[in-house]
Amino acid sequence: MDGLEGMDEIVQEFLVESHENLDQLDRDLVALEREPGSRDLLSSIFRTIHTIKGTSGFLALTRLESVTHVGENLLSRLRDGELSMTPATTDALLQMVDVVRLLLSKIESEGGEGDVDISVAVAAVEACLNAGNAPAPAPAPAPAEPAAVQAPAEEPVAEEAPAPKRRAAAKRTTTPRKRAAKKPAEAVAVAAEEPQAQGAEQAPAPVAEPAAAPAPAPAPAAAKPAPVEHAPEPNTEPQARRTAADSTIRVDVDQLELLMNLVGELVLTRNQIVQRANADHDMELLRMTQRLNLVTSELQEGVMKTRMQPIDHVWSKLPRVVRDLSSMLGKQVSLEMYGKETELDRTLLEAIKDPLTHIVRNSVDHGVETPERRRAAGKPETGLLRLRAFHEGGRVVVEIVDDGAGIDPVKIGSKAVEKGVVTAAQLAALSEREVLNLIFKPGFSTAEKVTNVSGRGVGMDVVRTNIEKIGGTVDLTSVPGQGSTFRLTIPLTLAIVPALTVECCGERYAVPQISLLEVVSIDARRGTTAIETVSGAPVYRLRGRLLPLVDLADVLGLDKSRRDEGNVNIAVLQSDGRPFGLILDRVLNSEEIVVKPLSSRLKGIGVYSGATILGDGTVALILDVQALAAGTMRSEAAERAAQLEAQSAAVAEVERLLVAQVAGDRRVAIPLDMVTRLEEFPSEKVQHVGAREVVEYRGEILPLVRLSRHLGGYDEGTGERLPMIVSSRGGRSVALVVDRILDIVEEGVHSRSDVDDIGLLGSALIQEKVVELLDVRQAILAADPRFPIDPLPELSGAQAGFADDAFSFEGML
Amino acid sequence: MTQLATFTLADHLFGVEVSRVQEVLRYQPSTKVYLASPAIGGLMNLRGQVVTSVDLRRRLELEPRSDGSEPMNVVVRVDGEVLSLLVDAIGDVVTVSDDLFESPPETLSAKERELIVGAYKLEDRLLLALDIDRAVDVT
Repeated sequence: MDGLEGMDEIVQEFLVESHENLDQLDRDLVALEREPGSRDLLSSIFRTIHTIKGTSGFLALTRLESVTHVGENLLSRLRDGELSMTPATTDALLQMVDVVRLLLSKIESEGGEGDVDISVAVAAVEACLNAGNAPAPAPAPAPAEPAAVQAPAEEPVAEEAPAPKRRAAAKRTTTPRKRAAKKPAEAVAVAAEEPQAQGAEQAPAPVAEPAAAPAPAPAPAAAKPAPVEHAPEPNTEPQARRTAADSTIRVDVDQLELLMNLVGELVLTRNQIVQRANADHDMELLRMTQRLNLVTSELQEGVMKTRMQPIDHVWSKLPRVVRDLSSMLGKQVSLEMYGKETELDRTLLEAIKDPLTHIVRNSVDHGVETPERRRAAGKPETGLLRLRAFHEGGRVVVEIVDDGAGIDPVKIGSKAVEKGVVTAAQLAALSEREVLNLIFKPGFSTAEKVTNVSGRGVGMDVVRTNIEKIGGTVDLTSVPGQGSTFRLTIPLTLAIVPALTVECCGERYAVPQISLLEVVSIDARRGTTAIETVSGAPVYRLRGRLLPLVDLADVLGLDKSRRDEGNVNIAVLQSDGRPFGLILDRVLNSEEIVVKPLSSRLKGIGVYSGATILGDGTVALILDVQALAAGTMRSEAAERAAQLEAQSAAVAEVERLLVAQVAGDRRVAIPLDMVTRLEEFPSEKVQHVGAREVVEYRGEILPLVRLSRHLGGYDEGTGERLPMIVSSRGGRSVALVVDRILDIVEEGVHSRSDVDDIGLLGSALIQEKVVELLDVRQAILAADPRFPIDPLPELSGAQAGFADDAFSFEGML
Repeated sequence: MTQLATFTLADHLFGVEVSRVQEVLRYQPSTKVYLASPAIGGLMNLRGQVVTSVDLRRRLELEPRSDGSEPMNVVVRVDGEVLSLLVDAIGDVVTVSDDLFESPPETLSAKERELIVGAYKLEDRLLLALDIDRAVDVT
């Protein structure tokens, strides 16, 4: 009994598979006797034996291996036509199958091969092999002599290893034995149809008494007792517990599919009943629906489980991949896997196989360093690749973590620009994480030299496409010097998904929640103003960040006259690692929907990924978020908005900026709402109070800051008249002295946040020129430390944008 | 002899092989599929199954159904998929003799001729045999 508990899963699977194969084998062998020349049958038998042999060798089951080995030899020669089928070969093969069966049941019950005697079966098969080598094979013209039949058949009982002479004798009697052989073959065939126990009953007989198998026909009465004699031992076993073959069954996937569909129907009906019951206030009905609800949920879960397989099915081949690859690259990588038992729908499992393998290969190839480098970096020579799978919020997360060199965002960035994946300006505005995720863009390959391992053109973009195809996401984080983490988030199943039902212009749609980040509800009064347009593309400021918008009504061409004017909702969705907003009228509900495939007639449209039936029985289409995003980003105006959005990580506010020239040719920008007036003073009016410069202005003393000096340049503003930007608040004013007022611009700022120069917030591209964004607050405080600059409620300019960004960015991803 | 399930569209009488028809239904509320071909009537819930309907009037380029009249559904099977044909009214199942069959009359519009196999000359009117496979071949 302990044997089963302690039995390796692999052995267990092997047993189940082999039992099935053996049943098939019995049938094949019998069929083969009827049509001895059938290559199909021979090939099928050969494959079966070959499989068992291969696995048994792998599992170090030596007896099983050697018996199947000779069997395979014989079969291969039969298959190749070197030998032809004779009743003797059939006997020998059946005998072999019986031994295999006995061995398998021993393995199952005792966890090992025990002391099963295989020599007789091996000898019988070898006899056939040798017979093939002999010059005169096959049916010797021995006349039918019933007496002769019995004699050679029984003799082997006495002598365990038949001498060559005996074999010759056996050969001579092949013709009469032909009839004899039919009987046991049929008997076995019957056994195969019947419960396992009976098959097992017959199995040991020929082994213990090699003669028994050929014998039955001439002496049917004698044959009977043999199995009975041996029955007690194997017979009690199956009663004690189910055998491997009995405890599992193979079910047609279509059958499961059908069950799944029916459960889907049930879920829908349940939803309808629950809806109705809630409206009825009938307590009795409510109680019953609650019970129905519970049972349905459990049933749904149970049926879904039948389709679930542990992720180990996909992982199991990774150790080999890692081993081969690391030795090829001269690296040392140890692979650790956690959460092997985490289960996923089998179709999803299939879908993540390639992306996962690709990421693992990539991690070994590009992530883990060579032993020398690792040593130099003070790490253990053996790199660590850790796979982790776990459930999180109704999804499965798979993490691939390496402790390698990590990924340098700077390198990625310059590569991306070089490859034309992004422009330098776009890159400048991206956060480190966004830069890292550029590797998932089409046309990107980080391999410095294209290796035959990961740099094969089909890169990470395929990984992302494939993962997103099944409604999953992929994300990359990295700490230079310490390693990288790929994180795949995969839905548990595709058949039933959590979704948001929404309404737009009187139509209802479902949006899968996996791509949903949040829903922003806009106050009706603000509705029209909150959505701004940049170059014709609608955008929304979400926590200081520009969110490109897609109006569902526009995408689908809905009837806008049916628009619910009182409501504007934005579903913030994520596609391609980038958020965008979908404008809708209303969010109705969050529910589990059963995904129904779309007719082939509708697949071409692209924006729908399926259909579902809502609680009230109406059909709603499921929106394909990826397609919505892709379709919208393609339009030129939206492309700009998307660009802006990307750059908004730093400032990118659509706002009015005053651009001035300082320190010769530098341009600085100041939010216009910080500017109260523009003034010019003759330079001789500048006076000094202590170290500060001031001018008298409307009866007040106005402190000055020369921006050129403030920003660390020389003060060339020694012209006759000094242009100044006056900022007033709460009765106090300061003046910022510049060389020249250039322009007031109103547009998105293409900026970079990482310029850390004194007095600046960053630099930006405005009208294709680099402009420095002045830290106005600092400049003003330099002139007047008591200037009431805080709090900054109306300061919606660059600073507010900056202050918010880190937060909103984190919040989004 | 052929058995045809008949229905009317505008003032034409059409027929489809009875064996292809799964059932006929009264008007069913359906969900419009925006961006789809105009010949797609919508999606309806047929006992938990999402069924795509083809608006035959549009498919045959006949004048649109006048407001207020609701189409009936002729549910057919095509390549293992269940589809519904939206028609004006359902008629009887008629048995026609094959010698009444002739090629599509010239008086029909080009579109109609494209989508019908031929016509059966009944005593009082012409019965047009619809080519279902072509009729639902909408992309």
